[in-house]
Amino acid sequence: MITNSKPYILSIAILILLFSVYNYIVYNTEGYVAVEKLSPVAVEGQQLFQSNRCWSCHQLYGLGGYLGPDLTNVYSEKNKGPLYIKAFLNSGVKSMPQFNFSEQEKLALVEYLKQVDETGIYPNYNAKIEATGWVKIKYRNEE
Amino acid sequence: MKSKLPIYFLLFAMLALFLGMFFGMTASFQYLMPEFIKEYVPFSKLRPFHVTSVISWIVLSATGCIYFFLTYVEKFKIFSPFLVKLHFIIFLLTGIAIYFSFAFDYTKGREYFAFYPVLMIPILLGWVLFGINYFKTLYKNVKGWPVYYWMWGTGIVFMCYHLMEAHFWLFDFFRLNFIKDFSVQWKSTGSFTGSWNMLVYGISIYLMSKIKKDSNVATNKMAFFFYFLGLTNLMFGWAHHTYLVPTQPWIRYVAYGISMTEWIVLASIIYNWKRSVLKVEKENHPMAYRFLLATDLWIFINIIIALLFSIPAINYYTHGTHITVAHSMGTTIGINTTILFSALFFIAHHLYPDFETDKKWVKRGFISFNISLFIFCVSLFIAGGMRSYWMYVSKEGSFSEMQDSLIPYYISFFVFGIGIFVSLLVVALPIFKLFLQKIKV
Repeated sequence: MITNSKPYILSIAILILLFSVYNYIVYNTEGYVAVEKLSPVAVEGQQLFQSNRCWSCHQLYGLGGYLGPDLTNVYSEKNKGPLYIKAFLNSGVKSMPQFNFSEQEKLALVEYLKQVDETGIYPNYNAKIEATGWVKIKYRNEE
Repeated sequence: MKSKLPIYFLLFAMLALFLGMFFGMTASFQYLMPEFIKEYVPFSKLRPFHVTSVISWIVLSATGCIYFFLTYVEKFKIFSPFLVKLHFIIFLLTGIAIYFSFAFDYTKGREYFAFYPVLMIPILLGWVLFGINYFKTLYKNVKGWPVYYWMWGTGIVFMCYHLMEAHFWLFDFFRLNFIKDFSVQWKSTGSFTGSWNMLVYGISIYLMSKIKKDSNVATNKMAFFFYFLGLTNLMFGWAHHTYLVPTQPWIRYVAYGISMTEWIVLASIIYNWKRSVLKVEKENHPMAYRFLLATDLWIFINIIIALLFSIPAINYYTHGTHITVAHSMGTTIGINTTILFSALFFIAHHLYPDFETDKKWVKRGFISFNISLFIFCVSLFIAGGMRSYWMYVSKEGSFSEMQDSLIPYYISFFVFGIGIFVSLLVVALPIFKLFLQKIKV
């Protein structure tokens, strides 16, 4: 059976137009919490995070691997922080490989995690579940 | 003589599946014994091998199936056989380069695209060549496309776009703003999955229309309604992956609203369940039929899970736990892989009508595959539930203690992962041998 394609082509054209506008807005929208741009040192740390595939085991905002803990707030968490991070990096505990990061590389990774930490909280317990199924989360800038 | 390249695509896809399952099984063992071979191949090295291999299985087999259907079943004269050859060579060489990139730690990319970012260029080129050949071939041969041609075309175009989007982080405009960069990263990976789903779901509709010998399946208005619903979700529904990332709330509101439209899909599945099963003509394609039945079941289970996840109140507790992994395994193995196996059996029958697809061991493999996958997903579900309890309710003990408490479920996950591996080998090997025989003729 041959279908009449015209209405479908029109629908796709409208959807693509909406998608383009939507993407433009998404790409130009800042995060909900105002934070500084990543510094050159933090970018270096981010690259190390990627090159060493830290995301394979660790998560940021609950996204990533499940073998290691979430690192969103490891910088500011009680009993953790920069020294804890640096100590862990080259220790090779359990399934974590023993890395041989230089002092400068360790500082870059710490700086990256510090800047990630400033963007928000995960898991965020300051949340209220609403009857609509929505979750109202209180962010740092609302405290 | 018809080109054998579609069969080459399928053979390499199956090889990627075997390798992907092997890497996955080895990696899952490190959940039980974290020190196991970690000095040589740590988990962080195995995971990219596993993920890239299984994605290659889906993408290469979908590509091979589409080329096969166009040239062998529909008997269209392909626009440029040379471009098909070039497409295959580019994907083959890039695949080898990606494995080398992983083996020698040239991994500057991100999750799902861990390889050296420059390798995205030949991958994109391959998709563009596929697109040119696809659209040019159909333009010449078909008037008034059935829905599966729209789905394949959309899948190819959006695949190109989202593969590029996944690399926007290379530009400072995105990279320096962590939240924007992070949400665009997960937007692209969510929609990348949506793009391959367009290819694979298109294959399932194609198979249904061919097995039922009823072209109405792919031309009726309802089929197009669901196609547009799926496309809308692909474009705007991604942000349920990032509800807990502090993006602007309107992005999340849109995703919540769009994701909820999938209730219509669920209602339709329930409404059409009995009717669709009874109508299927199964005599000529017993295994293709069985795999499509399994797809029906896995879609039903996974769409309920996906819908529940998309409600922020539930997502709040399941996000970042193994429940998400259970869902992604359920969709990639339960839905994508069953559809693709159905297609492989259909193709095997098309090539060799006398080939007995439902041999005793193949049927056994099919049953044990489904049982193993079910227990595999349930194990992950329980592990995820316990992790969520640790995160939000007890809030006691270290991460390491929580992980240790999950060991029984990791054992089950590992054992039934082997079950999936062995079952799929049993099912796949006869087809693999048949395809090898075909390329030797």
